[in-house]
Amino acid sequence: MATRIEREARSETLLLNMGPSHPAMHGTVRVMVELDGEKILNSEVEIGYLHRGFEKTCENRTYFNLLPYTDRLNYVSPLINNLGYALAMEKMLGLEVPERARYIRVLLSELSRVSDHLTCIAAMAMECGAFTVFLYMIKAREFVWDVIEATTGARMTTSYIRIGGVRADLHPGHREAVGKAVEETRRVLRDVRGLLDKNKIFLGRTRDTGTISREDAVSYGWTGPCLRSTGVCYDVRKSRPYEVYDRLEFEVPLGERGDNFDRYNVRMLEIEQSLRIVEQVLARMPASSAPPGNDAIPPDRAIGESRRRKSGAPVRLSPNLEGSEKARYCDILAPDMSVVVPPKEDAYTSMEGLISHFAFFMKGHGIRPPKGEVYASVEGGNGEVGFYIVSDGSDRPYRLHMRAPCFHVMSALEQLIRGRFVADVIPTFGSLNMIGGELDR
Amino acid sequence: MGRENLKAELDRLFPEDIKSCGGPPGEQTIVVRREVLRPVMECLKSPAFDFCLLLDLTCVDYAAVEGTFEMVYHLYSLARNDRLRIKTRLPAGDLSIGTLTGLWKNAGWLEREVFDMFGVEFRGHPDLRRILLYDGFEGHPLRKDYPLRKRQPLIPGRGD
Amino acid sequence: MDGRFITTRFNSLLGWARKYSLFHYPYVTACCGMEYMSAACAHFDIDRFGAGWTRFSPRQSDMLLVVGTITHKLAPVLKTVYDQMTEPKWVVAFGACAVSGGIYDNYAVVQGIDTIIPVDIYIPGCPPRPEMVLDGLLKLQDKIQKQKQDWRWAGKT
Repeated sequence: MATRIEREARSETLLLNMGPSHPAMHGTVRVMVELDGEKILNSEVEIGYLHRGFEKTCENRTYFNLLPYTDRLNYVSPLINNLGYALAMEKMLGLEVPERARYIRVLLSELSRVSDHLTCIAAMAMECGAFTVFLYMIKAREFVWDVIEATTGARMTTSYIRIGGVRADLHPGHREAVGKAVEETRRVLRDVRGLLDKNKIFLGRTRDTGTISREDAVSYGWTGPCLRSTGVCYDVRKSRPYEVYDRLEFEVPLGERGDNFDRYNVRMLEIEQSLRIVEQVLARMPASSAPPGNDAIPPDRAIGESRRRKSGAPVRLSPNLEGSEKARYCDILAPDMSVVVPPKEDAYTSMEGLISHFAFFMKGHGIRPPKGEVYASVEGGNGEVGFYIVSDGSDRPYRLHMRAPCFHVMSALEQLIRGRFVADVIPTFGSLNMIGGELDR
Repeated sequence: MGRENLKAELDRLFPEDIKSCGGPPGEQTIVVRREVLRPVMECLKSPAFDFCLLLDLTCVDYAAVEGTFEMVYHLYSLARNDRLRIKTRLPAGDLSIGTLTGLWKNAGWLEREVFDMFGVEFRGHPDLRRILLYDGFEGHPLRKDYPLRKRQPLIPGRGD
Repeated sequence: MDGRFITTRFNSLLGWARKYSLFHYPYVTACCGMEYMSAACAHFDIDRFGAGWTRFSPRQSDMLLVVGTITHKLAPVLKTVYDQMTEPKWVVAFGACAVSGGIYDNYAVVQGIDTIIPVDIYIPGCPPRPEMVLDGLLKLQDKIQKQKQDWRWAGKT
């Protein structure tokens, strides 16, 4: 029976601003919602708060110099962006990457993908209140980053995958380190499954919230785990295999309903598949062709000797350059010397080496692909990462455009939250894995 | 559908409007006139060709070189695992083209980004405004005549 | 005992209390956010320095940790958040982009947040290792300890 107050109460809508600086907005997205009580009637998503002018900056840098900018696009899986750019350039230049370098690239890409999914699920769970999951997954991520740091030198933004190959070979203890990372990640996955999979609160917040149909997902241009959670099987690693993915066995997990829980589940399964790929890569990688030698001479003696004659003896380089000695170049970089950094032994002991080193880095020289355009894509943590490069024959790109997967995913956010409650915005936004560097470029 | 079949089919449906078709293997490209872009896109999205995914939509500024801007669209067909690049030229003095919102839902945001960065006007777009830069920003940064370091701060600095 | 002995002793007590109970507001935007997460979590715990609690409201926090790139679009929001914080407050610029604009010298990026708000500690790096973050935090704690605390109620001293 309606009371007087229910008949007389006015209903107005409230405009709520979940501003750019918000704990659950991953930093840089503004969602303005029109609320009737707790229900969202209408919303607007405003992006661009992390627009750092990547594309314009790249037009002013040489092809080699802009590599660090590609790291900072999807900064949770930076090696995958490096790889996308390197593949686009190798397509344009027609380079042949050595076998071992390809395996190394796949290994590090998959470790990056693991760290991307770990971070996404950790953040999503933390925002739903499961702080323990966040701590566990960041702990596992540290082990993965230890492996990446020992090989590439940096934990996150590595600039390691270069045009023509990789910067250096894997570090000597990589098998144990990767084994430890895989084991710790599997343990964390088991724990998190136990914490979240049948957890009534988590299920209540993520089951049937943020649901999207298959047709809508395709119409919005979704790719990656978000699209696969609706049941559409599209993975660039399977449909257009690059590097050595056609020789590896892995499955592509699919969801059914396209809701937040499916996106979480697909990511958890993908972590397991990535670990499977990592184990296969370690088993199948061709051995390093540089024999470990103890007859390396110190650098000052090498430079002194080079003034008298060409010695060709291996030189003991600084520990920073471990893995990028000249003897390893056949494993890690394409043989075309005009597009890769010449080895340090050559640069410091021979005139031709010095000249090629100088010419590689000097503006106006270095990598100059033929005129034309290319589009190459890889499977990033969020979907298809594509690079569209237009070259006019000079040492700088005429136009470099990155196809950002989470730009398309985020364009659907307004539809996903319409008609839902305010509390549903949080797990929905978390499960879409918005990465500001990629969204706004 | 192979490259020859696609070109033949499109030539049959749009005689004299498809300027060229080519490109290295795996990168099929067609160039169309901008007036027929929307009908060609509708045809490509239809079940006959089934390019259901609009992968990307961008623009290249060739104003200094050729006096035109070039719109580049990348489409993908899930069923046939086929990619296609469609290009169309816009004269630098008349930067407008029909919108693709209504065909693909992500076209809305993608076109807003091209409008923001290049100033291309999309006729028929329901909500054409800036997306990556703030509303009062003057100019379109990705054009070649916009200097890289020309800053437009929103709030005055501490030293001012 | 004259008043100055008591005020200096109380000064150090207040400095001690403030430095070991920093509530920070993580203004996270970009890649440095990942290293912030690492610094805040189990391996490189900042909780053991007393700064573990994040307060996502400017009214409740005393340290503004600006993590990542600030663009011109975001600058007014940063200034608003800084203005909303209550005294005493300290600002830490975390990462090369917050310190000086980093590798982005273009139309969109603020070349260092000290052009907008006063900064106490600069932590360089792209991104800085968590150990550098902890070092910066310790330097901030030293600074807080040495700072003359605010004595509005003490009258003219």
